[in-house]
Amino acid sequence: MSFELETAISPERLRRVAIDPVSRVEGHGKVTILLDDDNQVHQVRLHIVEFRGFEKFIQGRPYWEVPVMVQRLCGICPVSHHLAASKAMDMMLGVKQLTPTAEKIRRLMHAGQILQSHALHFFHLASPDLLFGFGSDVAARNIVGIIAAHPEIAKKGVLLRKFGQEVIRMTAGKRVHGTGSIPGGVNKSLSADERAELLKDIYQMVAWSRDAVGMIRQLFEHNLAEYNDFGRFRSSGMCLVRADGAMDLYHGGLRARDADGHTLFDHFDYARYWEVIAEDVKPWSYMKFPFFKSMGPDDGSYRVGPLTRVTHCDSIPTPLADKAREEFIAFDGGSVAGATLGYHWARMIEMLHAAESIKDLLHDDDIIGGDLMATGQRQERGVGVIEAPRGTLIHHYRVDESDQVIRANLIVSTTHNNQAMNTAVREVAKKYLNGREITEGLLNHIEVAIRAFDPCLSCATHALGQMPLEVAIVGADGTVIDEATRDHRGLIRALA
Amino acid sequence: MKTSNSEVSVQANAREARVKADRPAETKANNIFQLDGEDIPFRPGQTIMQAATHHGTYIPHLCWHPDFSAHGSCKLCTVKVNGRFGSSCTIAAQPGLDVENRTAELDDKRRTLLQMLFVEGNHFCPSCEKSGNCALQATAYELNMMSPHFDMFYPDRPVDASHPDILLDFNRCIMCALCVAASRDVDGKNIFYMGGRGLLGRRVHISSESGKLADTDFAVTDRAASICPVGVILPKRKGFAVPIGQRTYDLAPISKQVRDTTP
Repeated sequence: MSFELETAISPERLRRVAIDPVSRVEGHGKVTILLDDDNQVHQVRLHIVEFRGFEKFIQGRPYWEVPVMVQRLCGICPVSHHLAASKAMDMMLGVKQLTPTAEKIRRLMHAGQILQSHALHFFHLASPDLLFGFGSDVAARNIVGIIAAHPEIAKKGVLLRKFGQEVIRMTAGKRVHGTGSIPGGVNKSLSADERAELLKDIYQMVAWSRDAVGMIRQLFEHNLAEYNDFGRFRSSGMCLVRADGAMDLYHGGLRARDADGHTLFDHFDYARYWEVIAEDVKPWSYMKFPFFKSMGPDDGSYRVGPLTRVTHCDSIPTPLADKAREEFIAFDGGSVAGATLGYHWARMIEMLHAAESIKDLLHDDDIIGGDLMATGQRQERGVGVIEAPRGTLIHHYRVDESDQVIRANLIVSTTHNNQAMNTAVREVAKKYLNGREITEGLLNHIEVAIRAFDPCLSCATHALGQMPLEVAIVGADGTVIDEATRDHRGLIRALA
Repeated sequence: MKTSNSEVSVQANAREARVKADRPAETKANNIFQLDGEDIPFRPGQTIMQAATHHGTYIPHLCWHPDFSAHGSCKLCTVKVNGRFGSSCTIAAQPGLDVENRTAELDDKRRTLLQMLFVEGNHFCPSCEKSGNCALQATAYELNMMSPHFDMFYPDRPVDASHPDILLDFNRCIMCALCVAASRDVDGKNIFYMGGRGLLGRRVHISSESGKLADTDFAVTDRAASICPVGVILPKRKGFAVPIGQRTYDLAPISKQVRDTTP
């Protein structure tokens, strides 16, 4: 089955767009929109040009190398891959319980990651759209514009991110691509000096995170109708939850609900994830389309990430974030909980939770302990699942008796959200592009919908609002009437 | 590079000497040569490399190790002796020699040699467990090698994980042959040997019928198990146990650890 606007009726007449495989890390997004003579939208596709080489070239490598190697998938949230792979290798080594120090250092590392990634996304990448308007002047719609117009907000964003990076540096050894987490534990704990240094600033970080939640709430209050409808669609969702149903971004069981809120599965052991999730393939995308097996590929797509986590959990185990969650759920009769832009609000609630978690962990003496490693009875297979900033991240490996990886399967957050992002983009295209002449401002609406999901693409990171886009207007006879591209520098060029 | 008869005889003398002695207690006043303008005392029979190392002065090198006879293959220790190029690990120290070491000209040539070593193998430092403890990487940092410069060869080299305690990843081999020497001269096992032909064919082989390390009597306690200056011979299940910041070359550059960590 094809989703609405996924495939035009006469695909043979459509212009073919060649895709170069680029890695997930530095990959760029591409949206193709096909319109008829009256500028009516017939097909919209979000292409994430994803070449999953890691699953292949990790084969034959020793298992202890995996957590360090696979984190190179990403420069934004390498800690998530580092930890998911470590968890998988813990299981492969038969380590059922880490030492308290190891688990808390890993949780601290992960909270630092959530904090820096969410701050980066909201302040550096998304806030220009939200503060200046989706179709505002492109010259100012970037972080430099934010620094000029809202220096206090920009400063908070930069320093929140910096703090998160420092937490990562002290737990992993480096701000990006560290080695702290190893199969069975960690290779370092915090020194007393490191702990004191982080404690100095953490209360400010908690306060700024609260401010950020207040800021996105205000934005919703001022733009409720537009924000609520923007790219809105009904969807199932999935996330990890703790045994008591509370939010837990590091470990837990899988919880899934359909669009009506009915539970599909709960506290499901992620080590058997393949019993509930399968991946569909489409001829037009390198990225797979995961779905719930019980619902099938046509109806079983789902969302992951902050919006799902905040709405699916029964509570958040830190008080300020839990209060923020309750306010979010109650806002406007619960309408925002289903809005695509609700992702931003939920993301800030999680950032607050991460800051509070760091504060709590810094007061725990286990983080300066010396018992770092645990052992167990070796297994053939390991599955590690973690809630990365963008959503559920699954790593699955098989290791032979020579310690070499013989199989790897990774389902990353952005892959889970593939169908959801395509649907959001189509909703936006239908509403804003239908029958209108394409402008940069309109194209940015497409990007705003994609950015809500915080996909792991280079366009959502260093391109800063200059995602390469290609738009082609195809006549009823299949000829290209007009097309335009915007390159990585943000320059729009008419081709025809 | 043309080699004179006198240089050949000097090299032969140096090989025979194989001096392992500590820094000499007494040095005759005239047993001194100049290395980049610095007085380096030596004991008769020592090579320039040995004397410089005992003195704590760094001459870049990869295939030389104080415990073994000079191999002279990597050419990274090339110096200028009285204006002529030569390998400092094989040339005997002599009174009054004027040796150039860390000049821009020599370091530039060393950098090129390093770049060739990097492109000949598959050296992926970002995910290599030897990173931070690797002499090749540390030397590249020391010599400010900023890029491989040449096209990568991407050779197809095997990983031998058959041994229960040791992993062999030949992707990172620089053919220094220290494992060959250690296994032969110290362990008495002759487990490794150089074989094959050509730029991509020549490599270290295992002396067993299957060619696998598991079918030898190699042990993790062998001298050869800890001799590798790069990430080929590795103890299994130990990777990344030392955190960033505490690895060998995190503590000080290779040029500042001449006596302690000379591979």
